[in-house]
Amino acid sequence: MRVAEHLNRSLHLLMENDPSVHLLGEDVSDPYGGAFKITKGLSDRFGPRVMSTPLSEGGIVGVGAGLALAGDRAVVEIMFSDFATLAFDQLVNFAAKSTAMYGRRVDVPLIVRLPTGGRRGYGPTHSQSLQKHFIGVPGLSVYEMSPFHDAARLFTEIFASGTPAVFFEDKVLYTKPMLSGGDGLHTFEVRDGWAVIRAEQDTEDVLLAPGGLTDRALAALRDLLVEDEIACTLLVPARLHPLDVTPVADVLAAARRVHVAEDGTASGTWGAEVARLLHERLWGRLTAPITHISAPDSIIPTAAHLEARCTVQPADIRRAINT
Amino acid sequence: MIGAVRERTLTPVSEADLSRMLRIRHFEKALLRLFEQGRLNGTTHTCLGQEHVPVAVSALLRPKDHVFSNHRGHGHFLARYDEPHALLAEITGREGALCNGVGGSQHIYHERFLSTGVQGESLPVAVGVALRHRRTGDGIACAYIGDGTWGEGSVYEALNMAQLWGAPLLVVVEHNRIAQSTPTTAQLAGSIAGRCAGFGVLHHRVESVDVNVVRAELAPLVERVRADKRPAVFEVSVHRAGPHSKGDDTRTAAELAEAAAGDWYAHYARDFPAQVAALEEIERAFIDAAVENVLARPLSEWS
Repeated sequence: MRVAEHLNRSLHLLMENDPSVHLLGEDVSDPYGGAFKITKGLSDRFGPRVMSTPLSEGGIVGVGAGLALAGDRAVVEIMFSDFATLAFDQLVNFAAKSTAMYGRRVDVPLIVRLPTGGRRGYGPTHSQSLQKHFIGVPGLSVYEMSPFHDAARLFTEIFASGTPAVFFEDKVLYTKPMLSGGDGLHTFEVRDGWAVIRAEQDTEDVLLAPGGLTDRALAALRDLLVEDEIACTLLVPARLHPLDVTPVADVLAAARRVHVAEDGTASGTWGAEVARLLHERLWGRLTAPITHISAPDSIIPTAAHLEARCTVQPADIRRAINT
Repeated sequence: MIGAVRERTLTPVSEADLSRMLRIRHFEKALLRLFEQGRLNGTTHTCLGQEHVPVAVSALLRPKDHVFSNHRGHGHFLARYDEPHALLAEITGREGALCNGVGGSQHIYHERFLSTGVQGESLPVAVGVALRHRRTGDGIACAYIGDGTWGEGSVYEALNMAQLWGAPLLVVVEHNRIAQSTPTTAQLAGSIAGRCAGFGVLHHRVESVDVNVVRAELAPLVERVRADKRPAVFEVSVHRAGPHSKGDDTRTAAELAEAAAGDWYAHYARDFPAQVAALEEIERAFIDAAVENVLARPLSEWS
């Protein structure tokens, strides 16, 4: 099953199991079912609980927060994650802050889904990976879809936490199959919010990457193993922030070289935060500083040959690890 | 453009309404006094001159209705919940505070009352809450905003959605003619009525400092919001008799005199001098005692 279909089924399951769940977004209703078809069939099945909205990203995130405060649960789809900037106030100053600023815990069960990333030729304002701008906001969780994680479980976990979340979904990943078991070279294991992908136990190289990078990370891992004879373990967290590395402590304990890859642009990044966290934990055991792989400090051009230069490629990951 | 408030004779006012208006007035005056004495931290925005609006509105609200307030929200709170000790404790960070002193003056969440400090931010949230009310049929959402708030895009996103989706949302606009230091004539093109008309949203404006008149003019509108499940905007012409926050008033003497003349207090003191004097003594003493009581409490705790 492809990731897009899995997400669609997960939303069906979520709404079927919990009548308090409402979904809002631009063009999410049938027959269109959303720009990436992730919400297909939901409005036919759940009627007024699914609402196609005006082009008002800030407004609909606010409405979602209002529903959440009043006792419902809300999933808001923003058509392209680039437009999440229009909802920054509602996310940072209202939804996230409301969990704490009234002096007591206030639950805000709100998920803002964000189709994200480049490699589809959509140009500078429809291709970005803005995860880093949401890292470190008190009261806001940052998730990213991966082909290993059950989205329905993640959605349920987010709602149960009462902490609002932005949920990034790589637009190329939509077209890829969900993964389990292994690929012939590596085994895929999912544990406590992490996917562990490895060819052997206790590798000296460990790569951490969000779910959207999985296809490129796996391609790099295969080349490293087959061509360069380097076994590298890939760790994919479902929740990017706050990041809890406890479930993969054993994998990290064996590491001598750690690499972090992400699709966001260089500087002030998620990866830098991961490196800070891991340096504290692994200092003294590593034989080199943590390597960081990201897009360059650049906008994302439209033409395919230019876009390829400004997005992370498998070769970039392989080169960083095999240096 | 809203002209100066001209009031010939006020209708007789109930003791309950006048007491509450005076209670809010003295609460606000006490805050400004505490600031002058250096006994309050941060900032505050008093509603001097606007106290009668929430007193008029609150009587038309039901317990299950949600109220959304803003930076200038003490009157909105005190008109709905007669809990000045808890509000003062919140503002001064003392035991018994509404939100343990974390939210302070601008960020209060108490039962079905919620305020936020960012202009216009509450309106889309209020639409979400109103949509739930529409479904459950158990109330409406009421959001207070000012004339300055109409510069925010969120207001228009919210009005559009509310009208499209039939959200029972009452927006009360306290049009005090000034946004911090900028006259509304310099920050708002066209009119609030015209903007509402563009969305097909019901709008009604009242120019009176008479609490009974304001309430009577609002009552049918609230009924339409409840019964027809639709939004409405109620615009009340008021004067901001005090500074934006504290000691930051740059208005001319003439402008200040006009604001003072448009203050409901001046009208009530003129028309009902004995009633105002009698109740004012009670409320002043009550608030003075509340201040003494709250400031003697231990600091609030937050875990």
